Amino acid sequence: MNATSWLGRLKAGLTKTSSQIGGGIADIFRKRRLDDAAIQELEDLLITSDLGLDAAARLVGNLKKTRFGKEVSDQEVRAALATDIADILSPIAIPLEIDVARKPHVVLVVGVNGSGKTTTIGKFARLYKAQGLDVMLAAGDTFRAAAVEQLKIWGERTGCPVISGKAEGDAAGLAYEALQQATSRGADVLLIDTAGRLHNKADLMAGLEKINRVLKKLDESAPHDCLLVLDATIGQNAHNQVEAFRDIVSVSGLVLTKVDGSSKGGVLVALSERFGLPVHAIGVGEGAEDLQPFEAGAYARSLMGLD
Amino acid sequence: MFDSLTGRLSDVFDRLRKRGALSEADVDAALRDVRVALLEADVALSVVRDFIAKAKADAMGENVLRSVTPGQMVIKVVNDALIEMLGGEAEELNMMAVPPVGIMLVGLQGSGKTTTAAKIGLRLQTRDRKKVMMASLDTQRPAAQEQLKILGEQAEVATLPVIPGQGPVDIAKRALEAARLGGYDVVLYDTAGRLSIDEALMGEMSQIRTAVDPHETLLVADAMTGQDAVNVAERFHETAGLTGIVLTRVDGDGRGGAALSMRAVTGCPIKLIGVGEKLDELEEFHPERIANRILGMGDVVSLVEKAAETIDQEEAEALAKKIQKGQFDLEDMSKQLQQMRKMGGLSGLMDMLPGAGKMKDQMAKANIDERMIGQQEAIISSMTKKERSRPKLIHASRKRRIAAGSGTTVQDVNKLLKQFQTMSKVMKRMSKMGKKGMMRQGLQGLMPGMSNSPF
Ligand SMILES: Nc1nc2c(ncn2[C@@H]2O[C@H](COP(=O)(O)OP(=O)(O)OP(=O)(O)O)[C@@H](O)[C@H]2O)c(=O)[nH]1
Ligand SMILES: Nc1nc2c(ncn2[C@@H]2O[C@H](COP(=O)(O)OP(=O)(O)OP(=O)(O)O)[C@@H](O)[C@H]2O)c(=O)[nH]1
Ligand SMILES: [Mg+2]
Ligand SMILES: [Mg+2]
Repeated sequence: MNATSWLGRLKAGLTKTSSQIGGGIADIFRKRRLDDAAIQELEDLLITSDLGLDAAARLVGNLKKTRFGKEVSDQEVRAALATDIADILSPIAIPLEIDVARKPHVVLVVGVNGSGKTTTIGKFARLYKAQGLDVMLAAGDTFRAAAVEQLKIWGERTGCPVISGKAEGDAAGLAYEALQQATSRGADVLLIDTAGRLHNKADLMAGLEKINRVLKKLDESAPHDCLLVLDATIGQNAHNQVEAFRDIVSVSGLVLTKVDGSSKGGVLVALSERFGLPVHAIGVGEGAEDLQPFEAGAYARSLMGLD
Repeated sequence: MFDSLTGRLSDVFDRLRKRGALSEADVDAALRDVRVALLEADVALSVVRDFIAKAKADAMGENVLRSVTPGQMVIKVVNDALIEMLGGEAEELNMMAVPPVGIMLVGLQGSGKTTTAAKIGLRLQTRDRKKVMMASLDTQRPAAQEQLKILGEQAEVATLPVIPGQGPVDIAKRALEAARLGGYDVVLYDTAGRLSIDEALMGEMSQIRTAVDPHETLLVADAMTGQDAVNVAERFHETAGLTGIVLTRVDGDGRGGAALSMRAVTGCPIKLIGVGEKLDELEEFHPERIANRILGMGDVVSLVEKAAETIDQEEAEALAKKIQKGQFDLEDMSKQLQQMRKMGGLSGLMDMLPGAGKMKDQMAKANIDERMIGQQEAIISSMTKKERSRPKLIHASRKRRIAAGSGTTVQDVNKLLKQFQTMSKVMKRMSKMGKKGMMRQGLQGLMPGMSNSPF
């Protein structure tokens, strides 16, 4: 994954989305004085990117402090906002580190229904496999129709063995067995898929807690990472999701998927300020290679329609 | 869905109600709060703007500000605008066409199309006695066709046999042909997820539409979608000519703004809502009931319907008699808990009760949640039959046994017993109050010690 391909892909994904917000800002600030009306319009534009009311108000507040009443160009405003957003996001742009001494490094992947968990696992499998690691996958979604088959196809695509049980079997039991197998094989990474579940369903969340607990029986430190997969089309509900999953399985990092869509995933800015959880990667397509590291500066600039 | 919006609006309304005269500035201030409430509920900005402009124009009408109760009038203006935005009457799937009636499902990746296809198939087949065939046109996602096939088996709805390598448009044509030959009433087309900005796949969708000309084209969208809901709905509407919207994951705690946004920009009715992963978890959408729910007026109609579906009439009457005689015991409490769960759990019930919005906050503060119901059921089921009918028997050592048996603590057991007492008291009060009193006072009238009782 070199820098140009990362930027290229991200831009291909983001320019479609940011052309809207970018275009909007261009309209507002073509040689214009930054007055209250302009500030309001700018704030509104950030709101349409799902930044949320508070984050949007704070960002334009900063801008107001330094540039109020001045004649500002469109480019300047975008750059200033991008810098502020990048400042917020750069502390959380942290790749997922695999500790090969753990054998296996266990990664539990969780999230609401349809957010992109299984696909993200396929993408990580490809990434680590390419780095020469021995990767195993566990089909922990024993609930959804054809979830196991779906992961098996990802296993074939990436050349990683998939541990699966019978449909409608016990997910925690399967996770336990998978960790046993991965340990005896001496695998480097074990990626565990889980069934999608809404964070407000106590019984389903308890099921997740159980998977977590059972893994610890075999390895006190497992899972070594717990990834919450968030869909970039999500609105302010992302706050509830992060909070609930964090409380149940101590989420260690986020992956934002479908960033190639027209949604900007702007809620990430507020999530970053509130939870400070690392963003390990972003999904920019449905293919195995469509996983990219999260880069705060590039993301922020693309979000503002720059470059 | 809609909880936070309900909370915010009720605060705004409370403030308005307290006022005698209202100035234009007062109305502006209230509408600013309404604006914030809508935006925080993920209603798209453009939709919010139109909404506020309309509400403002209506509120400024002279009869409003000069009326005796201007606060009430402004509330009514906002109510009416909200109901209008959600659409009026519930609209069903339109089946008025020459069979096989085509229904195509489209939407973003992972929004719930395949699951919804099977839900609709099951519903049409069992409720409306239609002969249904489903076809997966998803050649994109791994195991997508397998997924629909399995769901078809679960729902006992026929699926079109898969021919590997065939493209979406050809599959659609083959499905229509097979449905015609097989004498099917309905053919459901499940399509691959696609981004609204993916020109190629959007083009393919419009080709499919041209090829089989479905009678209904439904956009399947996640209730938790943010501001982009308007763009997505607009793009899909332009390209596929939507006839309706299905909102999924309404069982989540999303704020539901997407529902308002998408309906507003497309003018298409929300025809169905998905309220769970299981195939029977699909419901009709009733705009006026939802508007009432948002406005904190409760959805009594749905509550009664739900109750009628889940409550065993005889059991309920037997219970009522026991209550009147003051014989309510832990066994009964356990049954109540079960019933409550069947009816959508505590929060499901609370959503539908008038004036329960505030109580829900209190409950959240007191940490009363669904998990507690499960825990309480576990505690009661760890008791002996004797203990259940005579809770007084339960002393220290028995409490320890029950706690161990249910994986809880003695404090939890104590808490439950205390709640049982409170509940028995409430039951007595209820039987005195009679049916009428309850209707008038609502739940609040029953609940003095709310903070430590979930009922
Ligand atoms: N465009 C795009 N699509 C994605 C991305 N990630 C996942 N998808 C698609 O989103 C859909 C759902 O992905 P899954 O990986 O099955 O999601 P999941 O979270 O495992 O779903 P459940 O197991 O049902 O909860 C599929 O159609 C994927 O191809 C992404 O980064 N971009
Ligand atoms: N809680 C809940 N989950 C739902 C609902 N509808 C669908 N799901 C879940 O959402 C996930 C995705 O559903 P699918 O039907 O596979 O979505 P799709 O739109 O066909 O996905 P793609 O074909 O990949 O675009 C699955 O885990 C479903 O079980 C709903 O109303 N409530
Ligand atoms: Mg999955
Ligand atoms: Mg599908």
